[in-house]
Amino acid sequence: MLELKNVTFDVEEADSAREIIRGVSFTVPDSKFVVITGPNGGGKSTLARLIMGIEKPSSGQILLDGQDITALGVTERARLGISFALQQPVRFKGIHVVDLLRLAAGKTLSVSEACEYLSAVGLCARDYIDREVNASLSGGEMKRIEIATVLARGTTLSVFDEPEAGIDLWSFQSLIQVFENMQKRSHASILVISHQERILNIADTIILLADGKVQAQGRKDELLPELLKSTVPVTCSRILEGGVSHAQ
Amino acid sequence: MLSEIQKRLLAEIADLHKTPEGAYNIRADGEAAGRASTANIEISSKPDKPGIDIRIKPGTKNESVHIPVVLSQTGMKEVVYNDFFIGDGCDVVIVAGCGISNCGDQDSAHDGVHCFHIGRDCRVKYVEKHYGEGTGRGKRIMNPRTEVFIGEGSSVEMEMVQIKGVDDTKRSTLAALDAGARLVVHERLMTHAGQRAESEYTVELNGPDSSADVVSRSVARDKSVQLYRSRIVGKALCSGHTECDAIIMDEAKVLAVPELEADCVDAALIHEAAIGKIAGDQIIKLMTLGLTEAEAEEQIINGFLR
Repeated sequence: MLELKNVTFDVEEADSAREIIRGVSFTVPDSKFVVITGPNGGGKSTLARLIMGIEKPSSGQILLDGQDITALGVTERARLGISFALQQPVRFKGIHVVDLLRLAAGKTLSVSEACEYLSAVGLCARDYIDREVNASLSGGEMKRIEIATVLARGTTLSVFDEPEAGIDLWSFQSLIQVFENMQKRSHASILVISHQERILNIADTIILLADGKVQAQGRKDELLPELLKSTVPVTCSRILEGGVSHAQ
Repeated sequence: MLSEIQKRLLAEIADLHKTPEGAYNIRADGEAAGRASTANIEISSKPDKPGIDIRIKPGTKNESVHIPVVLSQTGMKEVVYNDFFIGDGCDVVIVAGCGISNCGDQDSAHDGVHCFHIGRDCRVKYVEKHYGEGTGRGKRIMNPRTEVFIGEGSSVEMEMVQIKGVDDTKRSTLAALDAGARLVVHERLMTHAGQRAESEYTVELNGPDSSADVVSRSVARDKSVQLYRSRIVGKALCSGHTECDAIIMDEAKVLAVPELEADCVDAALIHEAAIGKIAGDQIIKLMTLGLTEAEAEEQIINGFLR
């Protein structure tokens, strides 16, 4: 279980501090699928980076399974069981897809094991296993490989920052199936940042983040109809754009 | 008999753990420590200066030649001339390389001068690894000079690797290509401490439909200094590409000088050069997989120099 308690994050500007995250509290319980949504610039990606430890909060606490991890770095949090799929996957010259999956799994994977993770994200494994994770891969391929590394880690909490962005041909159904299969593992919880109605639609809980604050949170069946009814015009216009959002 | 140090050097530079198969010549501390010719590959000493001639009969296929050099005495300095005469239609692998172990206080140096005369329609793979070790103050120095003359329709792949322990190196490589010939060079280099490495390529594309791809990847750490020059001259309808990609770390210095000369309107030449530190987001990504910062850096460098 992940808990955020009154987390704030400020950035220094010329002669003042600007608040990006303003007193955010929420919980991602075990085995639950939580989606954070909201307008661009509302602080969603920053929140994901705070959870992974890439950024440190200005105040507040982050707890994983009851342990205070606020002061821990990225490596320690990863080892405690947090995975993170970046919105913009990183390329590496000379590192092959199979190397990245092995690093993610933290052990020697057989080729067939590695292939399973690639097949799960809709990539024909044989074609990709020995490819370099470099500029020769398209944005959509990079995005799927990023998701495959999270699968290979098999941690209790997985955070995805806009996993749907840039995935063109691969159907949404497959992405959703990935999430469903992950949830079947005992206690695996998933936190996704998304604008996509079809991803919001499989959430247990939806959190609406705007202007650095939680504006609303609740069960999907309570909150989603409200969001779709344009109670919060800015957010809803984004959500209702539908299709694949490439924004941010 | 080879000493334990010499055996270890051989394993580092040529992956040799026992006597190689096929033709070979092992030079240890300035003397011949083993040699074998085969029916198709003849190795003989030069009558007038240190070094060997390697003659490969036309049509020789799937054979290899190993010619490693190891130095384990401090203060040893030598210049060795090796000439390769490769007949038409050969398909061979040549593994050279030099390892120096210097635990003394005097400099040790090996300057290998290699010249390849390659016939028509050959496929040649040349692998050259350089390695140095030792705790003494004496430097480990290597200054290889390589000349490659590639006949019509032949294809040559050169892999040049220097990853560890060579204090000072000046590499100079000259290649000349006839019609339809192809040259691919992969250079991998890592320098650390106060090391200095210079590498200079000149490739002349003389014949129509000749092509060259010269790629260098290097990592400069600590206070080391690297200089890379790559010059491609297109004298006919040809295509040439040279690329220098360097990771710079600590207080190192890297100078990359790609140079193109087109003497023919149909010459298509491209150069690329990039120098930069390891990207922060690469380190963060690997840390999210559970690696420490140092482990992440090592993975990135190992991949880059693969």
